[in-house]
Amino acid sequence: MASQARQDNAALAANTTPEAVVVRFAGDSGDGMQLTGGQFTLSTALAGNDLATFPDFPAEIRAPQGTLFGVSAFQINFGSTDVDTAGDAPDVLVAMNPAALKVNLPALKPGGLVIVDTGEFTKRNLEKAHYDASPLDDDTLAPFTVLKLDISELTMEAVKPFGLGKKEALRCKNMWTLGLALWMFDRRRAPLHDWLKAKFAKAPDIAAANIAALDAGHAYGETAELSGPLRQVHLDPVPSEAGLYRTITGAEAVSLGLVAGARLLRLPMFFGGYPITPASAILHHLVRMKEFNVTTFQAEDEIAAVCAAIGASYAGQLGVTSSSGPGIALKGEAMGLGIMTELPLVIVNSQRGGPSTGLPTKTEQSDLYQAVYGRNGDAPMPVIAARSPGDAFYCAIEACRIAVDYMTPVMLLTDGYIANASEPWKIPDPDSFERSPVEFLTEKNGPADADGNATLLPYARDAKGARPWIKPGTPGLMHRIGGIEKQQGTGNLDYSPANHQAMTDARREKVANIAVPDQQVELGQEGGKLAVVGWGSTYGPIHQAVRRVRKKGMDASHIHLRHIWPMPKNLGELLKSYDKVLVPEMNTGQLKTVLRDQFLVDALPLNKVSGQPFQIAELEMEIGKFFDGIPGDEGGEVDPNTAQLPNPVGVEK
Amino acid sequence: MNAPAKIETTLKDWETDQEVRWCPGCGDYAILKAVQRTLPQLGADPANTVFVSGIGCSSRFPYYVESYGFHTIHGRAPAFATGIKLANPDLDVWIITGDGDGMSIGGNHTMHVLRRNLDCQIMLFNNEIYGLTKGQYSPTSREGTRSPSTPQGSVDHPARPCAFALGSGARFVARGFDVSKKLPEVLMAAHAHKGAAFIEIFQNCIVYNKDVFDDFAAPKGAEDRQLWVEHGEPLLFAGGTKGLKMDEGACGLVVVDVADGDWQAAGVAVHDKANRSLAHMLVELPFGPYPMALGVIYDDPRPTYEASVLEEKARACEGKEPNLAALLAKGQTWTVEN
Repeated sequence: MASQARQDNAALAANTTPEAVVVRFAGDSGDGMQLTGGQFTLSTALAGNDLATFPDFPAEIRAPQGTLFGVSAFQINFGSTDVDTAGDAPDVLVAMNPAALKVNLPALKPGGLVIVDTGEFTKRNLEKAHYDASPLDDDTLAPFTVLKLDISELTMEAVKPFGLGKKEALRCKNMWTLGLALWMFDRRRAPLHDWLKAKFAKAPDIAAANIAALDAGHAYGETAELSGPLRQVHLDPVPSEAGLYRTITGAEAVSLGLVAGARLLRLPMFFGGYPITPASAILHHLVRMKEFNVTTFQAEDEIAAVCAAIGASYAGQLGVTSSSGPGIALKGEAMGLGIMTELPLVIVNSQRGGPSTGLPTKTEQSDLYQAVYGRNGDAPMPVIAARSPGDAFYCAIEACRIAVDYMTPVMLLTDGYIANASEPWKIPDPDSFERSPVEFLTEKNGPADADGNATLLPYARDAKGARPWIKPGTPGLMHRIGGIEKQQGTGNLDYSPANHQAMTDARREKVANIAVPDQQVELGQEGGKLAVVGWGSTYGPIHQAVRRVRKKGMDASHIHLRHIWPMPKNLGELLKSYDKVLVPEMNTGQLKTVLRDQFLVDALPLNKVSGQPFQIAELEMEIGKFFDGIPGDEGGEVDPNTAQLPNPVGVEK
Repeated sequence: MNAPAKIETTLKDWETDQEVRWCPGCGDYAILKAVQRTLPQLGADPANTVFVSGIGCSSRFPYYVESYGFHTIHGRAPAFATGIKLANPDLDVWIITGDGDGMSIGGNHTMHVLRRNLDCQIMLFNNEIYGLTKGQYSPTSREGTRSPSTPQGSVDHPARPCAFALGSGARFVARGFDVSKKLPEVLMAAHAHKGAAFIEIFQNCIVYNKDVFDDFAAPKGAEDRQLWVEHGEPLLFAGGTKGLKMDEGACGLVVVDVADGDWQAAGVAVHDKANRSLAHMLVELPFGPYPMALGVIYDDPRPTYEASVLEEKARACEGKEPNLAALLAKGQTWTVEN
């Protein structure tokens, strides 16, 4: 865990072995930091460490070079024990230019190691980063261990034999840096060599140059160890459950989960999408899975994407659409039609900072109201939230199942953090999942009419309250559906007061009675001083923070919701078994409000909307306030207002 | 995809038990009958036929046809139809829309369904008014249209549905009007066209925009102002006494008199339904100085969207087994042993 690393500030420099290390690669958005981070992640996973990552990049594709807003960073937390978050303060910061240093230095742990590319610390770049004087020359870096390297020059030297132009040669800088990082943490280079050869298969010179840069960075580490502050660190593999593992991002997990979910139902899948950050990756993944009977459709807009998905569901496939907050808003009317006509549909919302365009590349979980309430009329819809990249796989399967079992649209919430972050994932055995092939209605299901002919009731309900699924093309079952209120049973137009009451009640009860597993306590026990209740991607930091305060003797428990709507039946009683309920969220208190409304519990908010995930330390501090600041002392009251973070990290004032 | 077997039906087989709720005398009744007359002629199978509509008076249409029907949301019928057709290309899909539904709130979807060339029939009922919301002017209303929302007359210039369709890449564009006896013929041609077939149908809203098309669509005395185009036939109207000639200097069509039926002497142009430039000219003719061009104005098929999607999918799947276990384990993996 990062905590142990923090307790020993000089761990890296002193060549003692920490249990976990946080490294942040930062550079210009064109420097390939996400690629560097991604490959370092893979090599870390292959070394058997547990890990969590946090890609943090600007919304601009190629922001002007060297600027503060063009800085792209990739943080990874890895260790020889369980890792749940991308880590709080980095132990190591790699800064490829002055802007990257300026933006990321405040996060670095005191005593941490900062590696800078001095070649980029030119007068012009310093000006762009708003440095009056070079931070390499004054006492800016005094609290840290500093390694000044002219990575630009070292890279140029390494790739010289390949005769590349200066621009192309400098593109290999990220591989030189990665090489150094691989050496620092005792990682194998061979998988990287293979990857580069495959990536640049059509340009062997470029592949060779990148490999040379990687090897040169690695060799530099070996040499520098003899004389400088650099030490090699070896982290033991995490003892984990036996099995086959891979790394997975949330976007990959959602895509695989949807494919698996549709196959378990024996349904072809239709995916309608429209490009939007950070949801587009799901479309990109699914378009390559056509052999699983997946049809993808890049629509003209968000509305067409969801409408086409509903059309496909109407025609007998599993319709899926995906977007982020602004696009979800556009789909609202169509979701209402899905609810009204009672057709299956899965809607994935990869949440980002809002409102409006908000923070397209940053994470937030502020669409909970939108998911639960955001439609006209009484329009109940089940909502599921994934807690981590790997968990998104299982949530997607669950969403598909509920959509079809209950003939309803279902919303699956992830967020920008989950979508982009990766973690090691134990690959499940597909045969271990329950298969439940869908049955379409093929014969008339109603009582005989006056002439003794069978009748069709498209809105008859089964024990779960679900109507039959009837594919157009089925002989003899012609019928009409639409968004106008329908008569119970027949589905014919019917505006009568009693019928609307009955149909509204039926739709509400159907969703309210969806079978949801009872809520478990993740850490701690039922009853006690404090329940810390979370949902979505705050799982990691809440879990670690609660673990830490419990070690100090504080009676806090962690509860994490997957089913946001309907909520588990036992949740109200469970929450009432604690003296206090604290709800940390990356919004201004949305789950808190729903919990208060549903269960009349005095849920207290703990909110952060900075576009950055919670840090363990900040949660630990806030939870500690409930225990009067004294470990083990269970007395003391906290003013709910002080439970709000006064100055969220990462917010410019 | 094989051509589906033809089914024997009568007009009655295509009527539902639902009470029709349009205003008495509405042009929609005539269009409904024309469709119910056409479907048996096509040998259409009710179980395989889907009517998809948006919102508005016209969009109630599916409730009155004994087939599968989906009354969706305002302007989005083409998007639903796209999902339906991609999910099951064997279905015969008819989109019912209006001038507000298809040209205003759903203009974007109309454009893209035509551009993609989804195999379907799109019937746009143009009554130049918002009927169901009680008479506001619409995107096809003529300048100066007085309505509850434009008491002093509308100021914006109307859209021309057929010109919009051609501009969007439509490969079949036709026109008709509600009470015309030739409407089934036009619908048959639209159905025979593989791809998106766009049909603008002038429709009389007797409550909010009564008889605005009388100049060419009145039951009697307006025939002279109709130009029913036919492939390979001269562009003649007014009982063959007038015709359209190509004026190469002006790069456009001009009206010429035809003496004694000798259209060749008058230089009257012959209609070519595959000539896109001619189609553009015909749909843009200003009514008044020119007749109203009706019938199949443009018909030049190209591969349909759903066929291309299926082909691409088949290519992508070639030689690949849908092995879920292998998919989950794709990329670099490692094994943890106890």
